[in-house]
Amino acid sequence: MDFHLSEDDLMIKETAREFAEKRLIPNALHYDEEDGAPRELFDEIAKLGYMGMMLPEQYGGLGLSVVSFCGALEEFCAASAGVGITLSVQNSLCNEIIHKFGSDFLKDKYLAKMAIGMIGSYCVTEPNAGTDVAAIATQAADKGDHYLINGTKTFVTNGGFAGIFIVFAATDTSVGNKGISCFAVDAATPGISVGAKEKKCGMRASDTREISFIDVKVPKENLIGELGAGFKMALTILNSGRIGVSFQAIGIARAALEESIKYSKVRKQFKQPIANFQAIQFKLAEMATMIDAGKLLAYRAATLKDEGKPFMREASMAKLFCSQMANKVVNEAVQIHGGYGYMKEYPVERYFRDARVTELYEGTTEAQKITIARDLLKD
Amino acid sequence: MNIVVLIKQVPEIELVKVDQAANDVVLPSGPGVVNPLDEYAVEEALRLKEKLGGKVTVITVGTQKGESALRDCLALGVDEAILITDPILEKSDPQATARVLAGGLKKIGQFDLILSGKQAIDDDSAQVPAAVAGYLDLPQVMFVKKVENAEAAKMTVWRTTEEGYDIVEVTLPAVLSVVKEINEPRLPSLKGKMMAKKAPLTKWTAADLGVDSSTVGTNSYTKAIKVSPPPPRQKGEFITGETPQEIADKLYNKLKENQLL
Repeated sequence: MDFHLSEDDLMIKETAREFAEKRLIPNALHYDEEDGAPRELFDEIAKLGYMGMMLPEQYGGLGLSVVSFCGALEEFCAASAGVGITLSVQNSLCNEIIHKFGSDFLKDKYLAKMAIGMIGSYCVTEPNAGTDVAAIATQAADKGDHYLINGTKTFVTNGGFAGIFIVFAATDTSVGNKGISCFAVDAATPGISVGAKEKKCGMRASDTREISFIDVKVPKENLIGELGAGFKMALTILNSGRIGVSFQAIGIARAALEESIKYSKVRKQFKQPIANFQAIQFKLAEMATMIDAGKLLAYRAATLKDEGKPFMREASMAKLFCSQMANKVVNEAVQIHGGYGYMKEYPVERYFRDARVTELYEGTTEAQKITIARDLLKD
Repeated sequence: MNIVVLIKQVPEIELVKVDQAANDVVLPSGPGVVNPLDEYAVEEALRLKEKLGGKVTVITVGTQKGESALRDCLALGVDEAILITDPILEKSDPQATARVLAGGLKKIGQFDLILSGKQAIDDDSAQVPAAVAGYLDLPQVMFVKKVENAEAAKMTVWRTTEEGYDIVEVTLPAVLSVVKEINEPRLPSLKGKMMAKKAPLTKWTAADLGVDSSTVGTNSYTKAIKVSPPPPRQKGEFITGETPQEIADKLYNKLKENQLL
């Protein structure tokens, strides 16, 4: 397997890096403190093509590979992981589910708009349905010419400015996970109420909300995929999402390493830069090695997906390793910075908080292990 | 409105190193970037085109490396890029470069406006746009921070001065150099980058422009003999004393001594 990025992949990554350096890095601390980035930022991100990277050109996308997308995502997340999540959710989850499973009607209706800035929210999680997706209590009742959705979704990324909600709801409560279906719901539909911003530990630049659906009327043609296929689709799409989360983690870890290298060269203790001390050198060496190992796992999963081959186990392995790796790396980055690493004026403090959630969302660390083990043990 | 932007490809400033031992400036080997001040000129050209229609062309004199700077401009939405490249043009001084660019502009023939950054961040000469205007016998306004009321035959511009600014009406075609207050340059879109990579580029040699080789390149009227870093700053002096009165007296005498008072 060739792990060299092609000339085009590198060009996309460098273009994203330029954007991140000019627009995100100078504002990342501000977004974190303000609990969100301005809507205009996402308009510019969309205008420059980052919201439809993997969609085919016929839908206004750029038709780029998963590998290309992941390079750009890494750059965004190294600068502001909270902003990066929007890129991740839009490209890996929302665009992907409509493109892969939606009818031509839905593709025509939504994808071109999403490629130029209609932001999507992926609504699976509920107060009592996290890893146990089948426990979804939101219901979609068949009313003849439409469905009526009732329920509450929680921890919804982009919830405050989404133009479209991808909602998983039970259409038949008697058959467990085979009774879950998926809907494209216009954000302007009456009955949707958007809760206050969640106060989070990290990823605070990302807008996270609770969304309530009370008698929300959804046209029949807005059903994504087949009736009752929601659970299966959710898992399929989450597999792709896990490649994205791997690159979020890689981006955060890389930024933490870069800051640590910079800091250890200028911070003097005992009359010399702390980079002269083997204790620091060993940390840097291990951090860099773990990041590279994570990249190899994550690019393997991305490449398999690009080649149209199965990648479920590999995506879970990448997500499992990269999210744990990022947490170890940011922990060491804080250690290298000492007391300053605990202060908000140094970005490693933010990386330390941002990294934590990569072990929680799109399948916890434990859920990845289950996925990997089941695949190993299957007949 | 057809606009030509004069750009220069310059080294990435943060990668320029100083060799203290040799007292020399070491330039990076990479392809370089568009002179940051020229980016404001490109942005202003694109905004005028978006408002008034027409076409934006960028032109540069340089080595083959100049191609990447031109492609960066194409990625932003520039319509056409011209690279004037010829070994005999290497080491041209600003006046020689301006003569070559004027030759290029004559070859382009039809344009309403020529824009450029106020200076390049490598040699900081700030001569080229004014000299181009001179060689083409066109009106020029330098250090422009605002363009308004742009029409086919004239426009009003704000020229930065030491005290503030002049409001100048200028007939077109004209040459303007711009300062960074004029706008906030856009960033390239992914699609723009992808298209720019494959876009055709026009290349001209000195012969294509009928340039007189006896006044360009190493035959330029001026020559940079040596490029060296500025001397390191001397350490400041702390004035100490027992009482504020004593410190003030010492400071006063010091300033007097150095004829600063």
